[in-house]
Amino acid sequence: MGRKLLLDKIHIPGIQSYEVYRQNGGYTAVEKALKNYSPDQIVEEVKKSGLRGRGGAGFPTGMKWSFLAKPPGVPRYLLCNADESEPGTFKDRYLMEHIPHLLIEGMIISSYALGANTSYIYIRGEYFYVSRILEKAIAEAYQHGWLGKNILGTDYSLDLYVQVGAGAYICGEETALIESLEGKRGNPRIKPPFPAVAGLWGCPTVVNNVETISAVVPIINIGGEEYAKIGIGKSTGTKLISASGHINKPGVYEIELGLPVEEFIYSDEYCGGIRNGKKLKAVVAGGSSVPILPAELILKTAKGEPRLMSYESLADGGFQTGTMLGSGGFIVMDEDTSVVENLYTFTRFYHHESCGQCSPCREGTGWMEKILKKFIDGTATMSDVDLLWDIQSKIDGRTICPLGDAASWPVASAIRHFRHEFEEAVRNKGIKKVNYYNKRWGLVEV
Amino acid sequence: MSAQIHGVLPFDKEKRKQIKFSDDALQTIENIKKRYPEGKQKSALIPVLHIAQAENDGWLSPEVMDYVAELLNISPIEVFEVASFYTMFNLKPVGKCVLEVCRTSSCWLNGANEIVAYIEKKLGIKEGETTPDGMFTLKTVECLGSCGTAPMMQCGASYHENLTFEKIDAIIEKYRKENKRRNYTDLDWENTK
Ligand SMILES: Cc1cc2nc3c(=O)[nH]c(=O)nc-3n(C[C@H](O)[C@H](O)[C@H](O)COP(=O)(O)O)c2cc1C
Ligand code: SF4
Ligand code: FES
Repeated sequence: MGRKLLLDKIHIPGIQSYEVYRQNGGYTAVEKALKNYSPDQIVEEVKKSGLRGRGGAGFPTGMKWSFLAKPPGVPRYLLCNADESEPGTFKDRYLMEHIPHLLIEGMIISSYALGANTSYIYIRGEYFYVSRILEKAIAEAYQHGWLGKNILGTDYSLDLYVQVGAGAYICGEETALIESLEGKRGNPRIKPPFPAVAGLWGCPTVVNNVETISAVVPIINIGGEEYAKIGIGKSTGTKLISASGHINKPGVYEIELGLPVEEFIYSDEYCGGIRNGKKLKAVVAGGSSVPILPAELILKTAKGEPRLMSYESLADGGFQTGTMLGSGGFIVMDEDTSVVENLYTFTRFYHHESCGQCSPCREGTGWMEKILKKFIDGTATMSDVDLLWDIQSKIDGRTICPLGDAASWPVASAIRHFRHEFEEAVRNKGIKKVNYYNKRWGLVEV
Repeated sequence: MSAQIHGVLPFDKEKRKQIKFSDDALQTIENIKKRYPEGKQKSALIPVLHIAQAENDGWLSPEVMDYVAELLNISPIEVFEVASFYTMFNLKPVGKCVLEVCRTSSCWLNGANEIVAYIEKKLGIKEGETTPDGMFTLKTVECLGSCGTAPMMQCGASYHENLTFEKIDAIIEKYRKENKRRNYTDLDWENTK
């Protein structure tokens, strides 16, 4: 059994409520932080822990915090990114719904470390009911003196609010999130200036993912050094993985970074193997944006070493033979799956979610969606494969925000590893129809 | 005032005059405005539009957008810019229950296409359409963060997960019987796991 730091208490009945959370050691990290540490010491502790951003990019959190500009007399803001819209990712929802006080505790400590006196949790609009759960937990925290003026009798004060979005993946991008919180369209900003210098209302701002902020709680509880002992190399600590697709046990799992991918997919503690006794075909390991890998490359690196669930091991081989840990959205496909049709759902998604500011992204994602539809309808030609490749290569790296890259990588990797499937779709004039509903519920001999 | 949004849908001055939110809604809006520093009340726009939509039968008419502009002391075009950007805001009337079926990868891998086809047949409408009695609108949407419990759909504040045809029958029957509008802002969400 791997060590659990975020989900260790999730199965305690009533842990959603303040009383039960508190009885089980909740808010001790806030006490410790506000009484024993200066804000800078907390930043140091987080640096020591080696914690890396859990929102997708994996940037070291302590370092990010130390970049925050601190001009005198200007407010600073901490924004929690609860937009969670990367297809395949549902861990933040799980945390916020089942143990909301963990995030609130993390927000208090992190806001204190950054010197923020007002903080916001920006949550995707579709999670409206989760925002209600958070609001209730925040009200409880105010009631018990963990939020508001002079917390624990110190001179530190904090107000915490939940802000709901209204359906836009792009608002997960940190500058789009800030625009949205300012009451505007979610158009990402051109950087620099970075939010650390000019973010919300032009003030220095840090944006962190729900899981990142939650992880600050165990870091303070056990100490940064102890946290850094968990995991492997520069992938320290634990990570929540959202597992979905054709597996026996989909769900959210907390793993120690460094767990072998093979164990994650096949052991009963985690995914429990492929559904219906089928063979593994491919995995998208870190949310829709990361390169898809065929079975042989997700289980072992090109060098033949076992692939591990860590930032470094998943990226081993670069984009030629590797992928990324990303947000930890782990989508598993069995042998009957059409990689081309799966890609179509991703590309349609990116086209739908492009904010439209950059022509390569706005137009390119639409072209790619149309061409992929031709493969499904059976009207594609062999030259369409090269055309797809060409379009994606002209989006990658040529846009304001990384959504453009995120739209091109799945296309590039699908062609790189599964070119034969595109060609088959051309030759067979379409893609073999599979009834995924019947497969899901085991209704027919599959 | 608000000439910019007249072109989108006909703007009815009489209707505009009649718009008035409930006291409850107006009070909530006042509380939301207090979350931001002085002068930054535009930040309330998205939360307020959610309330406005719930107050206006599930959609944002030009008249309602104009009213929201006045509430937040911003121009109507600023409201329209935002309302037209975010997918959860309806700029046209919708049924009382909007069934939003996710069809992105993990849901597709678990039968989203079959679910959409089943609902289309059952309700006799196509994706994007509303039943003649105004009860149901069927929409397809992108990943809603419920991929591990696919296939799934959202209706108002509720998440319906691990969908089967039988579950859909039960949900539709219940909604039909209750005959009430379901909004994202509802406090009585009932998720089916
Ligand atoms: C298109 C796009 C969507 C994103 N969506 C999310 C998201 O839903 N949640 C999230 O935490 N980060 C998301 N990110 C990453 C954020 O921009 C940002 O890097 C992150 O919130 C930083 O937090 P972290 O350092 O704690 O990971 C997204 C980035 C892009 C480009
Ligand atoms: S890359 Fe796409 S989503 Fe990002 S700013 Fe440009 S158009 Fe918008
Ligand atoms: S793919 Fe449907 S909820 Fe994520």
